[in-house]
Amino acid sequence: MDAHRQAFKEEAYELLSELETSLLELEETPDDIDLIGRVFRAMHTIKGSGSMFGFDDIASFTHEVETIFDMVRNGKLEVTKLLVNLTLAARDQIKAMLDHSEDGEAADAEATSRIIAGLRTLACGNAPAPPPSQAKAAKAAPRQMASYRIRFVPVPGIFASGSNPLHLLAELRELGSCNIVAQTSGFPTLAEMDAESCYVFWDVILTTDQGVNAIRDVFIFVEDDCELKIEQIAEHDGFGEQQEYKKLGEILLERGDISRGAMEEVLSRQKRFGELAVSQGIIPETRVQSALVEQRHIKEVRQEKQNAEAASSVRVPAERLDDLVNLVGELVTVQARLSQTATLREDAELSAIAEEVERLTCELRDSALNIRMLPIGSTFSKFKRLVRDLSGELGKEIEMTTDGAETELDKTVIEKLNDPLVHLIRNSIDHGVELPEAREAAGKPRHGTVHLAAVHSGDSVLITIADDGAGLDKEAIRAKAVERGIISAGAELSDKELFALIFAPGFSTAKKLSSVSGRGVGMDVVKRAIEALRGSIEITSVHGQGTRITVRIPLTLAIIESLLVKIGEDSFMLPLSLVDECIELTREDVARSHGRNLAHVRGRLVPYIPLRERFSIAGGSPDIEQVVITEVDGQRVGFVVDHVIGEHQTVIKSLGRAYKNVQGVSGATILGDGSVALILDIPQLVKSVEQEAEAA
Amino acid sequence: MAKVIMTADDSASVRQMVSFTLKQGGYEVVEAVDGKDALQKLSSQKVDMLITDLNMPNLDGIGLIKGARGLASCRFIPIVMLTTESQDSRKQEGKAAGATGWIVKPFKPEQLMAVVKKVLG
Repeated sequence: MDAHRQAFKEEAYELLSELETSLLELEETPDDIDLIGRVFRAMHTIKGSGSMFGFDDIASFTHEVETIFDMVRNGKLEVTKLLVNLTLAARDQIKAMLDHSEDGEAADAEATSRIIAGLRTLACGNAPAPPPSQAKAAKAAPRQMASYRIRFVPVPGIFASGSNPLHLLAELRELGSCNIVAQTSGFPTLAEMDAESCYVFWDVILTTDQGVNAIRDVFIFVEDDCELKIEQIAEHDGFGEQQEYKKLGEILLERGDISRGAMEEVLSRQKRFGELAVSQGIIPETRVQSALVEQRHIKEVRQEKQNAEAASSVRVPAERLDDLVNLVGELVTVQARLSQTATLREDAELSAIAEEVERLTCELRDSALNIRMLPIGSTFSKFKRLVRDLSGELGKEIEMTTDGAETELDKTVIEKLNDPLVHLIRNSIDHGVELPEAREAAGKPRHGTVHLAAVHSGDSVLITIADDGAGLDKEAIRAKAVERGIISAGAELSDKELFALIFAPGFSTAKKLSSVSGRGVGMDVVKRAIEALRGSIEITSVHGQGTRITVRIPLTLAIIESLLVKIGEDSFMLPLSLVDECIELTREDVARSHGRNLAHVRGRLVPYIPLRERFSIAGGSPDIEQVVITEVDGQRVGFVVDHVIGEHQTVIKSLGRAYKNVQGVSGATILGDGSVALILDIPQLVKSVEQEAEAA
Repeated sequence: MAKVIMTADDSASVRQMVSFTLKQGGYEVVEAVDGKDALQKLSSQKVDMLITDLNMPNLDGIGLIKGARGLASCRFIPIVMLTTESQDSRKQEGKAAGATGWIVKPFKPEQLMAVVKKVLG
């Protein structure tokens, strides 16, 4: 732009000196029209170019002088000595302004206003022209979305002015969502057609927030060369949006394409109005098409708007959601009672109501729990930062990729997952991915990758942390476990069991401790945290290729599906997600196993825990007992109970402080008849039985 | 092929600014110093659009528009005139002579480009 400013200044100086000469000549010959024209043009150019190149002060000042000379040119004012003096002074002032334009000093403002005042006095009688408004009209407040119906009928000779209607339609399209229908019914026969005339006109339905003036502006150059009708047909402000849009006949009537009489005539004949009107030859088909487009357009716009509204969200404090979920939990309990009562009474009417309530409660529960769901993605982005910082610190080149950031989990679960995940990722970075040099030596790319993924799987979410690092060293793990006394030297372990050892308390295989992966207390803490969320954790690893850790987490904590069982008069719950199957256990079966608690299931032995014994419940067991077989850490374990009642929606209640340290029970729930059932902590039960067996 | 636009203006700085802006926008530019010069160049060269000032020595903008519309090659090209807000009557005169549109001076480069886009597509 500086080059332009310089060019303007040079030109302006030239014009100013020419102006001086012209003015002096004009004093001699005040009637010379040519001279007056020259003065006017000089002023005009300085004004016009001045404002373009940012000399706004010069432009507004010169405008005053130009106004005077426009009057002189039109014979409204005579050239007098006073006028010439004033104009010369103005010329000097402009020059001063130009001189000062670069050094930032303002020219003498007082002189400027004195000259303007003088010029205005001269022009008096004719109201002083206001300075040109440089500022654009204040930006209008954001407007409503509205739909307009535009009919643009150019005169046949529109091309002669060099206008191209298609460009104008293209401009309309830029304003908003737009449907255009060309009306070609005016086309003459080929013989009568003038190739240089325009026979087409257009119907446009436009939805925009720019207001009607923006639409008029599009047609500003052609407003004299066309017939333009702009009507607002709908305002999308949320009111009256529900009702159906106008019928086809109404639209055509509003547009003046059909008379009321003709419309009613056609309507009396009970067929599709559009088809009829066309087949009767009352209006051309394109008009009907165009009206139909309007109908469709409005429908679409309303649809979009509704979708947009659906996408909006409300922020609610988390406690309120917790309250809601608690209430829903109570409701589920009451509903269970209602169902039970209805069944006992054998009252068909009451049963019908109970079923209805059950269905609604179920939906209410699902949506209440859904509200608490949040995408896990926000946590993922935090981890990206962690990976970046840590890998830099350790001199490793690691990239983190994520998948399934949109997977939703209960808000509390996400919060509680944060620390374990941080730990696992740290481990991957510290112990998993090798240094760039080591990777190259192993024929792998310098860049290591840690992949974090979340995916839904039934009523749980699987979170995997996979690295392409060195993988777990089975022998090192075995040696360490033996050294720490976790396993015996000759123990035969599957890979799965071997890898599970790193979750044992006090286990760490890294030769050196680093600030990143802590003191080897990590993995067992991670495992405990995950188990507290009723989740599980699993490791697979291929030496030299990488490690994959899979964390399985239930979707929510507040309500679970469980299996209700009975031992004597007492009820117990087993989380359904852990239950595999139920089988019968007869007295003969028990006798055959010779005191070892093993059941035959399709040719395989499954150990079981007799719960009646375990919980010291008095009374004798029935002839045929039930074994609920569960799977914990890949191991099948049965639980012997008296009766299996069935599935149950269980609202988890904590047991209170007095029972906090009770092993094998994770909570309680209230049953339909008001009695309490304990929820069994299956992994812990299995573990405690194992420990006792080892001790014995 | 880039479209060719002629700018006819007796002010060198306006010509330079118009020319610079259009070239930035990817157009080719032919400059003319007044109406007479413009008409002469138009008769020997095809342009896609004409931007002309109204106040010019020798042959003014109105005369140029009339002359250009008389040329077969310029009958349907867009012609935009540069006017000032005080020249409403001149604007009407220009329209009558066959101008497509107008740009009110002073204008900023982006306003110029908007009008060029409007009429030239």
